[in-house]
Amino acid sequence: METSVLFEARTERGAFYVLLLLALCCFGGKCEPQESKPSAQTDLSGVEPFNNDFDEPQAFPDEERANLPVFTMDYPRIQLPFEFTLWVLLASFAKIGFHIYHKITIWIPESCLLISIGLIVGAIMHSVKEEPPAVLNSNVFFLYMLPLIVLDNGYFMPTRPFFENAGTVLWFAVVGTLWNSVGIGISLFAICQFEVFGVQDINLQENLLFASIIATVDPVAALNVFDDIGVNEQTYIIIFGEGLFNDAVTVVLYNMFTYLAALPVVESTDVILGMTRFIVVAAGGVLFGLLFGFVAAFTTRFTHNVRQIEPLFVFMYSYLAYLVAECFAISSVMALITCAITMKYYVEENVSQRSCTTIRHVVKMMATISETLIFFFLGVVTVTTEHEWNWAYILFTLLFAFIWRGIGILVLTQIINPFRTIPLNFKDQFGLAYGGLRGAICFALVFTLPDNINRKNLFVTASVAVIIFTVFIQGISIRPIVEYMKIRKTNKDLNTINMEVHTRMMEHVLSGIEDLCGQWSHYYWKDKFKKFNDRVLRRILIRDNRAESSILALYKKLELQNAIGLLDSPLGDLSAAPSIVSLDDERKEATRPKKKFLAADVRKMQDILAKNMYKIRQKTMSYTNKYNLPDDSRTREILIRRHASIRRSLRAESFREQPSQNIPRSQKYFSLQPGGDLESAFALRRRNHGGSEDEDNLSALTPRSSSRSLVPMRRLNTIKETGNAGEQPAASSQPHSPPPVEALDSTGPGSLEGSSFRGRKAPVPAPKRRISDRVDGEEDLADSERAGEPVRPPQLPPPRGWEPENQGPRENETLLRDSSPGPRGSGRS
Amino acid sequence: MGALQSLPGHPEYVDLAEKTGFSYQQIGVLHKRFKRLSHNEETLLREHFSKIPDLECNPIRSQITEAFFDRRNFRQNGEGTVEEIGFEEFLVVMSHFRPPSLHMTEEQRESVRRNKLRFLFNMHDTDNDGTITLEEYRHVVEELLSLSGTLEKDTAKSIADAAMLEVASISMGHMEPDEFYEGITFEHFLRLLNGFEIESRMNVRFLNMDATTLCK
Repeated sequence: METSVLFEARTERGAFYVLLLLALCCFGGKCEPQESKPSAQTDLSGVEPFNNDFDEPQAFPDEERANLPVFTMDYPRIQLPFEFTLWVLLASFAKIGFHIYHKITIWIPESCLLISIGLIVGAIMHSVKEEPPAVLNSNVFFLYMLPLIVLDNGYFMPTRPFFENAGTVLWFAVVGTLWNSVGIGISLFAICQFEVFGVQDINLQENLLFASIIATVDPVAALNVFDDIGVNEQTYIIIFGEGLFNDAVTVVLYNMFTYLAALPVVESTDVILGMTRFIVVAAGGVLFGLLFGFVAAFTTRFTHNVRQIEPLFVFMYSYLAYLVAECFAISSVMALITCAITMKYYVEENVSQRSCTTIRHVVKMMATISETLIFFFLGVVTVTTEHEWNWAYILFTLLFAFIWRGIGILVLTQIINPFRTIPLNFKDQFGLAYGGLRGAICFALVFTLPDNINRKNLFVTASVAVIIFTVFIQGISIRPIVEYMKIRKTNKDLNTINMEVHTRMMEHVLSGIEDLCGQWSHYYWKDKFKKFNDRVLRRILIRDNRAESSILALYKKLELQNAIGLLDSPLGDLSAAPSIVSLDDERKEATRPKKKFLAADVRKMQDILAKNMYKIRQKTMSYTNKYNLPDDSRTREILIRRHASIRRSLRAESFREQPSQNIPRSQKYFSLQPGGDLESAFALRRRNHGGSEDEDNLSALTPRSSSRSLVPMRRLNTIKETGNAGEQPAASSQPHSPPPVEALDSTGPGSLEGSSFRGRKAPVPAPKRRISDRVDGEEDLADSERAGEPVRPPQLPPPRGWEPENQGPRENETLLRDSSPGPRGSGRS
Repeated sequence: MGALQSLPGHPEYVDLAEKTGFSYQQIGVLHKRFKRLSHNEETLLREHFSKIPDLECNPIRSQITEAFFDRRNFRQNGEGTVEEIGFEEFLVVMSHFRPPSLHMTEEQRESVRRNKLRFLFNMHDTDNDGTITLEEYRHVVEELLSLSGTLEKDTAKSIADAAMLEVASISMGHMEPDEFYEGITFEHFLRLLNGFEIESRMNVRFLNMDATTLCK
């Protein structure tokens, strides 16, 4: 349904490019429903007559009278999509190329490299007198390329820091952009008054138009750098938000000035009307965005039976918001951003994990393609088009762009600082000012200027000059400078539960304190909104309404990471690329070498997970299992375990040196102990039934289990407290704690056979037996190999995750002691 | 505007300003608020806190309230709790939330940080024995999650356990299995929240103007 609306809205010219985009879609293997429709509905008359054959199977009746051709070639028919595909491919290859040697992208922003490649390709094309494909025109840009970029920005905006700094962000984005546009425009107009420069024919409106284009910053490169070196959150989000919202402002200004530039005389009423319009346009955009965002969220509430097309709704609704806004000539960028922000939160809870991943991937992919193409074209166009080079105008543009940005940041910060809890210091300001690179949107806007602007070529040249200057000079130098200046940094790797707990806690405390002071401010509103959200919005928009604390979300995420970590084998032999990888850091990862986790981090994370992975999974599964396609997760689970155990048994020798220094490596596996440990665990359990021969157990257990996974087991030892309490409610000293028995039960070996994800409680004895049988061989093999290995002190009981019922007395030695002063060791049981 | 009683002429404000670092205006505003909360009494009681409508929905309101009646937060090495607080104590507790000034030496920053973390620590450490035990930590997490309703208690518990485990692995590093982790001491707490940047987070922007007329 949406699709039809969508396609009707397209212009003839645009229809042509639908195909291109579809070619793109096919590439990603997405958007199947789209594929079939457009061919029926798009009007291809704008293209060469040839293409009319496209959707008419019997289009060759005449030719058939001649001999039936055995082999035909119809290049013109596929020319455009074909060339487009090649372009995208070329750009993508270039991207791959940059990352082969990762140090390049650390020091040189990717946009520089893309432009360089574009320049080279452009030079080649120029030398063979080939015209660049005229893909980039105003319609294509505004209807297809811009929304993709904006959707990406809006969808991936870090919401919490944004709303914490919303005022400042908007202040810089709106006022800052206006400031820059007007400032640059007027100063350039002043320059135009000098006869010596030979640019007197550029009038004020055109200068302002040009300035509004130049004023937009596109800080992708700066963001990458900031992200990399972990600049403090405030600076980061301000740059990010500014880049996002000033697109909106710029586009509005651009349209307004394009309109004004066409007028012969501009009267004062036009200016006032322009300002009013500015507000109407922005507010209208936000309204439409909210509307469509909520509708989209509401729709996904009902999509659980049609998982295949779930992601489509996100794209269609956001695009619809964009198009409708465009239709009413209100800020479509604003509408799209608002729509994306609004729906993201709800949609991601409604759709399945897979759809969510798909959405993120597709959003990222489209935006990357769009941006890559623009940069690429920038390079090509720089070489292939005619330029009008006017030293004075271009140099002054550069100068003013730089100066006004600097002054703007300084002045605006002075104004906003008193309203900020944490004022921006001078270094932050410098980072903000210097991070103001110009980019793809700037180029696209200037390139798509209407032809009736009399010095369009000069504008294009000047913009290209500014972009290349900022992207190359500033983009390359920003990292050393920022590092040298030591801008406030934020510790970004805060993915620990404690951090999350304390972040939440802090929020509540601050909100409480503000209530106490009787102040309205940030946290007050946040609190209010949260309540409203929980009471009203979530009920309406989310199908399975369970308010989920972010702490729990993080918890799940960590657990998921751990599961993924199992797939990413450090041995490198099983590089299954899981599609469930979180895309949060996609951008980061795309532009720099993969960050290595410190061993300590991994250990930390896994420590958490070791204990609770299965239990929590069980629990969360019970609310999320409807999101998972029937058997999939289960088989994956089995697969993971199989891989782990196979790998382990095959590479047993690699665990030899483990006790001394190889510790982090093995930790990857400890929550999924392969069979051997299971076996020993059984042994332990059997013994335990006998009585409390603590020492005996220990010694019997040691040679087998300790050698297998030394560290994991030590780690695991630390976590058994809960399980312990759960398994033995009678014996344990915490009667008040409801035992998570069923969770542990079903996450035992039984889960290997798939019972766990159905929530079945009792472990099935038969499967257990089978598994231990199966793994026996492996274990023996490994054991024998390990004969000469230094044996650890015998304090390593078997891992908990695998043997729920095994509560040997040994395990009462908890790392986390309960409040009850229970005696150590065997005392409890 | 709230500058009414906040003239430098108020002698007690001079003292308070020195002691807490608030400006006279801010003290004036807070004083007004204090009077309002206490219904023009000299002291605030716990029940006054419980009558603040906005605070009612705060999941950790009891901790917040307790923090105000906790002697440890009065910057004089006291212990235990009190039944009522005067304006000075109120202000001293509030002053833990003052944003740090822009120009601070590293040393000052560190001490601000310590103070703020100490406040937080005291909030967790309800029995005042210098460690946050597992029990106490669980309590915190439970309270935090208490409003999300759908979570069962043991989810909160297991999260607290996981968090505690994390603490153990951060602060103790290598532990022998027969060791206990007694609970988070303040040193561990400092290390735990090392990256937390509390100095830039635990801040409230105290108003210079009186906004009490605007809200209840």
